[in-house]
Amino acid sequence: MLDLVVIDGKARGIIARNLVSGELEKHAADAVVLASGGYGNAFYLSTNAMGSNISAAFASYRKGASFANPCFVQIHPTCIPVHGTYQSKLTLMSESLRNDGRVWVPRSPEDRRPPDQIPETERDYYLEEKYPRFGNLVPRDVASRRAKVQCDMGKGVGGTRLAVYLDLKDAIEKDGRDVIARKYGNLFEMYEKITAQDPYETPMMIYPAVHYTMGGLWVDYNLMSTIPGLFVLGEANFSDHGANRLGASALMQGLADGYFIIPYSIGDYLAKSSHDTAREDHSAFNESSLQVETRIKKLLSIGGKRTVDDFHRELGHILWENCGMTRKEKDLKKAKKLIADLRAEFWENVLVGGTGKGFNQSLEKAGRVADFLQFGELMVMDALERKESCGCHFNEDFQTDEHEALRDDENFCHVSAWEYRGEGSKPKFHKEPLEFENVELTQRSYK
Amino acid sequence: MTKAGNKSCINLKLKVWRQKGPDVKGRFETYKARDVSTNMSFLEMLDVVNEEMILSGKDPIAFDHDCREGICGACGTMVNGRAHGPEKGTTLCQLHMRHFSNGDTVIIEPWRSRAFKVVKDLVLDRSVFDKIIQAGGYISVNTGGAPDGNAIPVPQESAEKAMDAAACIGCGACVAACPNASAMLFVGAKVSQFTLLPQGLPEAKKRALAMIGKMDELGFGNCTNETECEKECPKEISIENIARMNREFLKAGLS
Repeated sequence: MLDLVVIDGKARGIIARNLVSGELEKHAADAVVLASGGYGNAFYLSTNAMGSNISAAFASYRKGASFANPCFVQIHPTCIPVHGTYQSKLTLMSESLRNDGRVWVPRSPEDRRPPDQIPETERDYYLEEKYPRFGNLVPRDVASRRAKVQCDMGKGVGGTRLAVYLDLKDAIEKDGRDVIARKYGNLFEMYEKITAQDPYETPMMIYPAVHYTMGGLWVDYNLMSTIPGLFVLGEANFSDHGANRLGASALMQGLADGYFIIPYSIGDYLAKSSHDTAREDHSAFNESSLQVETRIKKLLSIGGKRTVDDFHRELGHILWENCGMTRKEKDLKKAKKLIADLRAEFWENVLVGGTGKGFNQSLEKAGRVADFLQFGELMVMDALERKESCGCHFNEDFQTDEHEALRDDENFCHVSAWEYRGEGSKPKFHKEPLEFENVELTQRSYK
Repeated sequence: MTKAGNKSCINLKLKVWRQKGPDVKGRFETYKARDVSTNMSFLEMLDVVNEEMILSGKDPIAFDHDCREGICGACGTMVNGRAHGPEKGTTLCQLHMRHFSNGDTVIIEPWRSRAFKVVKDLVLDRSVFDKIIQAGGYISVNTGGAPDGNAIPVPQESAEKAMDAAACIGCGACVAACPNASAMLFVGAKVSQFTLLPQGLPEAKKRALAMIGKMDELGFGNCTNETECEKECPKEISIENIARMNREFLKAGLS
């Protein structure tokens, strides 16, 4: 899907590009339901599938659907670490491993011994030490940030020094290899395929990776966006997870949105609104289609010197370094400029081979990366606006004396929704206050 | 075996099937893949080759992929005559270059089957699999409220076998490996995952007849017990599922 068609303020269809024939297709409808996933791939490396992209949601944003909390990104602690610049994706090792695995690094940054030669006393089980009550089971954002802190201190392990050990040795000794194999056998196999190391014999190495995006198109309780008739489901919307998704609740959202909400709320919408039958020959479809076509032609005509993936990798690097696990005002401001410059360069120097006719994977990617670049600016803008630490948005300038997230409920207890105001203008900022009737807001503590 | 973090690199000669479209004749072309890190996955190796091709103005090699962790079923090509390459129980995206040696020639071609049309190069139209699923690979029961966990007893063994069958990712390697281009391992797995569980039983008869009928109609061959499919299946689906499907088909025909 490359564009949303809006007629008289209502979503009435989409423009899609047929990936095989290259033809632009017009699809008219009484309502549009988007279930197009999250924006984790803005970071280039993530646990998302390679094809995941933000284009459908972002086209809707450009057509007026507000985008909420784009800076909320969950970074999962247990992924297989990066091992080279050619790397295309990061593989998640299930969270369940932390039930039986112990996370550690060498106490000394100088310690280069293989893990089996490091005695217990010289290992830093940093999660167990810092959070004696929760130990290795602290929430994802905390486990991720702590791994980063250890690596920033030079205590990371493996070739890149950007990894920590996840050690199941004690569990294997206690429960036996068979019990552990029944629980985690498939994960161990996958790990061994990728790394050529056997987790039964040597501790796994893990590092956090972008996994889920809590932000998304703003929707009401009926899952309708700010454009009447545009419904947004699942990770593509912002609705269920606040600033920090909990384990398994993306599945819950998929089921709830698709099974329990939309069948009723879309019926309600259709029953209450009067529609002329939408037709593909309406001028709005032609306009949208023309815009999409112009953009495709532009992408193909640039003929620059850098590939789409090259731009994507650089964008990912900027976001990961400056708007990732931890953020700082200074870095965010820097990132804002870097992304704007990169986007400008993209539109002058990208090299997309082939033609718009027929199957062209470079062209598919080019459109997606163009959207990710524009979205990256929005993500950073949102992170800059939220002057507090909140869930996965950890801004180092706002932390407690014990280096934990410091919320500012007085000023930031709200959803930030951004409304597109055209290229070159700052999007309009809307606040939706968060109201808690039955719970009292408190500081998180895992001590 | 190389260890993760090892910077060792190899050079390869690639012979890749290039085909502009479904109705155009294809041919092998030879490319060099230089300084391939043995820690790369096979698809990452192709990414690097493609980047070079794009920069030198050539048409990059089209290949299907998505999750890159062996669970979506999008990727898959023949590598030196083996579906998904030489490693057992491995999808192409999970095949790593450490299993190749410096100087190797690697022949890469799409699955060959009358029912799978080439879209471009290594990309296939596998929508025929969707058509088989549409014919009956579902349970059309409204689930209603969630029942108590123990309301419908399922023996552990059935649950395990259904789960093993449901591991099928529909990649098509079974068809590619079979000398008859039969899809019976795929269909067997899909029929089995439902038939083994109580929820699948009410529609078992209809399902077996419809899915097998569709499979034949779409031009897949028959099973002659070559067992190549089982050997090449990245999810190691057992041919026991083909036997179960045949039983279901027979039962459905007789009753």
